[in-house]
Amino acid sequence: MSPQKRVKNSQTPKRTSRHSNSYQSNLLAWKLKENLSNSKSISKHGQNSTVEDSEHADADELARDALQIAMRYFDKGPFNTPWNKDKTLEKHLKTVENVAWKNGLAPEGIDILLNVALSGKFGSAVNSQILRCMIPATLISEDSVVKAVSWLCAGKCCGSTKILFYRWLVAMFDFIDRKEKINLLYGFFFASLQDDALCPYVCHFLYLLTKKENVKPFRVRKLLDLQVKMGMQPYLHALLSLYKFFVPTLISISLPIKKKIYFKNSENLWKTALVAVRQRNQGLSPEPLKLMLGPANVRPGKRKWNSHSLIPVLSSSSHSKEYGKEGMSLSDYLCSNTPFPVEQLKSFLQLLQNIHCLELPSQMGAVLNNSLLLHYINCVRDESVLLRLYHWLNQTLQEECIWYKVNNYECGKEFTSFLDTIIKAECFLQEGFYSCEAFLYKSLPLWDGFCCRTQFLQLVSWIPFTSFSEVKPFIFDCLAQLFFTSTIYFKCSVLENLKELLQNWLLWLSMDIHMKNVMDNSLETTLSGSMKSVFELIHYVGWLSTNALRLESNSTFLLHFVLDFYEKVCDIYINYNLPLVVLFPPGIFYLALLSVDSSILNQLCYIMHRYRNNLTAAKKNELVLKIKSEFIFSSKTYQEYNHYLTAMVGCLWTSKPFQKGSYFDPEVFKKIGVAKYKTSLNLVHHPALLSYAISFLLKEWTEERTVNLSSIRGKKWNGYLDYLFSEGLQGLKHFIQSSICHSSVP
Amino acid sequence: MDSYHTPQSIPRRSASSRPKEHCLGATPLQRRLESVRKQASRAPASPPRRVPQRRSQLREDVDPQKVAFLLHKQWTLYSLTPLYKFSYTNLKEYSKLLSAFIAAEKQKGLAVEVGADLNIRVSFSALRGVKGTHRDPDAVLVQILSKSPLPSESGEVKVLWTGWFCCVFGDSLLETVPEDFTCLPLFLASGAETSTALVGTWFQKTFDCSFSPLAINAFNLSWMAAMWTACQVDRYVATTEFLWSVPCSPQSLDISYAIHPEDAKALWDSVHRAPGEVTQEEVDLFMECLCSHFHRHFKIHLSATRLVRVSTSVASAHTDGKIKILCHKYLIGVLAYLTELAIFQIE
Repeated sequence: MSPQKRVKNSQTPKRTSRHSNSYQSNLLAWKLKENLSNSKSISKHGQNSTVEDSEHADADELARDALQIAMRYFDKGPFNTPWNKDKTLEKHLKTVENVAWKNGLAPEGIDILLNVALSGKFGSAVNSQILRCMIPATLISEDSVVKAVSWLCAGKCCGSTKILFYRWLVAMFDFIDRKEKINLLYGFFFASLQDDALCPYVCHFLYLLTKKENVKPFRVRKLLDLQVKMGMQPYLHALLSLYKFFVPTLISISLPIKKKIYFKNSENLWKTALVAVRQRNQGLSPEPLKLMLGPANVRPGKRKWNSHSLIPVLSSSSHSKEYGKEGMSLSDYLCSNTPFPVEQLKSFLQLLQNIHCLELPSQMGAVLNNSLLLHYINCVRDESVLLRLYHWLNQTLQEECIWYKVNNYECGKEFTSFLDTIIKAECFLQEGFYSCEAFLYKSLPLWDGFCCRTQFLQLVSWIPFTSFSEVKPFIFDCLAQLFFTSTIYFKCSVLENLKELLQNWLLWLSMDIHMKNVMDNSLETTLSGSMKSVFELIHYVGWLSTNALRLESNSTFLLHFVLDFYEKVCDIYINYNLPLVVLFPPGIFYLALLSVDSSILNQLCYIMHRYRNNLTAAKKNELVLKIKSEFIFSSKTYQEYNHYLTAMVGCLWTSKPFQKGSYFDPEVFKKIGVAKYKTSLNLVHHPALLSYAISFLLKEWTEERTVNLSSIRGKKWNGYLDYLFSEGLQGLKHFIQSSICHSSVP
Repeated sequence: MDSYHTPQSIPRRSASSRPKEHCLGATPLQRRLESVRKQASRAPASPPRRVPQRRSQLREDVDPQKVAFLLHKQWTLYSLTPLYKFSYTNLKEYSKLLSAFIAAEKQKGLAVEVGADLNIRVSFSALRGVKGTHRDPDAVLVQILSKSPLPSESGEVKVLWTGWFCCVFGDSLLETVPEDFTCLPLFLASGAETSTALVGTWFQKTFDCSFSPLAINAFNLSWMAAMWTACQVDRYVATTEFLWSVPCSPQSLDISYAIHPEDAKALWDSVHRAPGEVTQEEVDLFMECLCSHFHRHFKIHLSATRLVRVSTSVASAHTDGKIKILCHKYLIGVLAYLTELAIFQIE
């Protein structure tokens, strides 16, 4: 084997430090600093112009100072020494170059440098070096350009500098803040076409600059003359066709169709810099360009074919009219008399009247923007309609997904709003799209958990009902990884969205079962499958929550989200009429029970109260119907509930916590030295309620100096209860009223 | 739940209705999703693939000239979702409609070439035989031709733009799509991008399909390199060449690595075991050998760079989704792999 190595490297990367972004050359700060350092240098070093002080200043300041000094040098500096031997010049050039490639130059800086480069103070090598590093931080002021152009007339600079200047103008055209004054100089630029060497570049610049009012008969004549003289050059051709575009009557010759590139890419000198400037101007992340190895930047960009929006415009299909002549189906025939075009669809009534002969849009994606058609989609039985939507949505989602692209922030907004539209449609339909699920399979493993977070998690909550264990490896395992490694806020929003997902599934199932009841008898088998899937989802969230609480050191904030989820779970049997009761894991229950936050305790009481209602309702139905659904109401569920209930009553009421059947071993309490735990947990002494007890005592007996908590008993106990309920602890009220028999007042 | 929810009396088979497990006659959507899951689960480890068949599978009725015309030309690849209500009997009609559409779009002044003569003609034709199995639909060729202004010079027709649609061994997609749809998941275009855009837009509007550029990642490029090296070519027309790109600024650094095709074949034969089948391990080993050899000589770890182009005597492919097929014998084999990639993208 004989490997031949060819290393192509068209430009030596000498400016390596360009990307270490450290500061932004802010003009105001710069001016200020200049004054400061002026005075500093005068006070410290007298007239010494090569200031090399500020040993204490950090690197940033050093760099900034160096830039100011360099700028001052270029602005006024002593140019009496011959330039090529001037070490100072070299040093300053280097400084400017570094800053320019790193952060760009402020408009004033560019103004100064343009002045220097075109005034011919230095030789052409230096001039071109200066021009090459004139990269704006954000914008270039129009006046600087006009001033620079005036130097061109003075004839102080040589041809190559002029060429470079025009190339620079073309490359930086978009960053010049205004163009009115420059356009006034149109005649001057046009006259420069005479110069053969300049002609291509001036042409390109004029191509960008020309407005309709610049197109004049004498200019057309001149261009045609030039064409005769120089032959059919692509750049002249480009300018001519632009002229013809503006004023077609002026140019009678026909221009051949030529799809070649008109101009050589003259901006490539500044290519990376331009990307950086654009990024800065978009105001997003000043971080340096990323060099990516992954597949991220290999996607070729397809220029938008339908430029306006991702979602196609609504227009009725032409299939039936033009191509359906031969194979017309019966249904086509029946409605062929008056097809109703979708463009005319304006009201729901119209939809109802014409639903049998609706002419569907040529591109099904258009329904996303039309709520009436979404109604239609919701009840349509034609599989091909849904498949068309599926394929389009699938491909569009994938193509637009921004974390497949790099440096494409503009698309980011578009993608976000596209996702928003989809989610809106899903909310409207109250169900998710298959395409979104398929999209999640592919994109979730690559998601950074940050990009479009709201939208992405909402997509998760709209996953259509499915077998949980089947989708777990594609979606929920990836989500768990992100979940455990992200902030508490991310965890909360994931839990929030999983709650939504549970709710969507339950709604869907409860609808589905009603229909199934009517239609077929083989209910049990499919129902048990569905319930298993819901059970697994709840179990998964329980697992996530338990571990998350441990990771976030039992954060109350997080616990609220967890309990919110269980508030949905505890009511499945009654609210959705589905035979399922799942309790929370002990890790969550005991944490909530022993929480120091009264609202958590209150929420727990409410959930326990709802569990009780659901379980008793289920038991009642069981007795009435005499059918026992084996998969839900095993005696284990009841046992577990009773354990929890005993623990709660022990902690809140009887002051006998953690006795038989509890998850805690009494030995543990001995070990941790809480010997008196038995008396320290009830409605009065519970850490979440202690403050209520004290303020209750203070309120009732204001004159007492010391509060005696144990005085709350008997009648006072009942008064205390009323006080608690009046303070908004409604969950507690429900729980006590339903689960605790009042005769047992301690 | 809001009042606008589905009427309860209708059995729901809407956008997301998912029949229960074990339900017979799953809907096409259901089957699609199953297939996506299969795809997603096997993504990290590719299954073994067959080496492109030596014997050309083109059927006898294929026009050899048309196939020759597909070779030695650079094509830009796109994936395409199934075409709705596309009919092979209406090709003439489509020609007319598409020419009218292009003419109308050009007159809108969207294109730079103002005042250009619109003497163009569009031709649609079926490329019979460019398929893997009998189930694959025929490939479709679309060309934009310049119409000579003088009718007498009818002999001189210039092709301005060419694009073709094909499906080679597209079973996994065909299985899940009902009859109303025509599956031609791979689209190859050559010519000005503005024309591609015009044709693409027309197809999207007419057949409710969606185009997306098909990039080839380094992983798939390695596969191509291995599979194409394994091919028996009568005469090597090009050296086997790999192009690696080092991301650096302002210009990227490219490393070209060329090997004599016979050396490459010898290396492949040494890592290859079961005849007619290529496995992931073999592909990895093949590339590893190449890289370690390079490292021994130049002390550069190619594995830290990105593979962007692979060219062999069979075909050459660029990561941007550009392909050039050189060998007539393996046309179908190359297209089969590209079809697979396109199907993976649209799922």
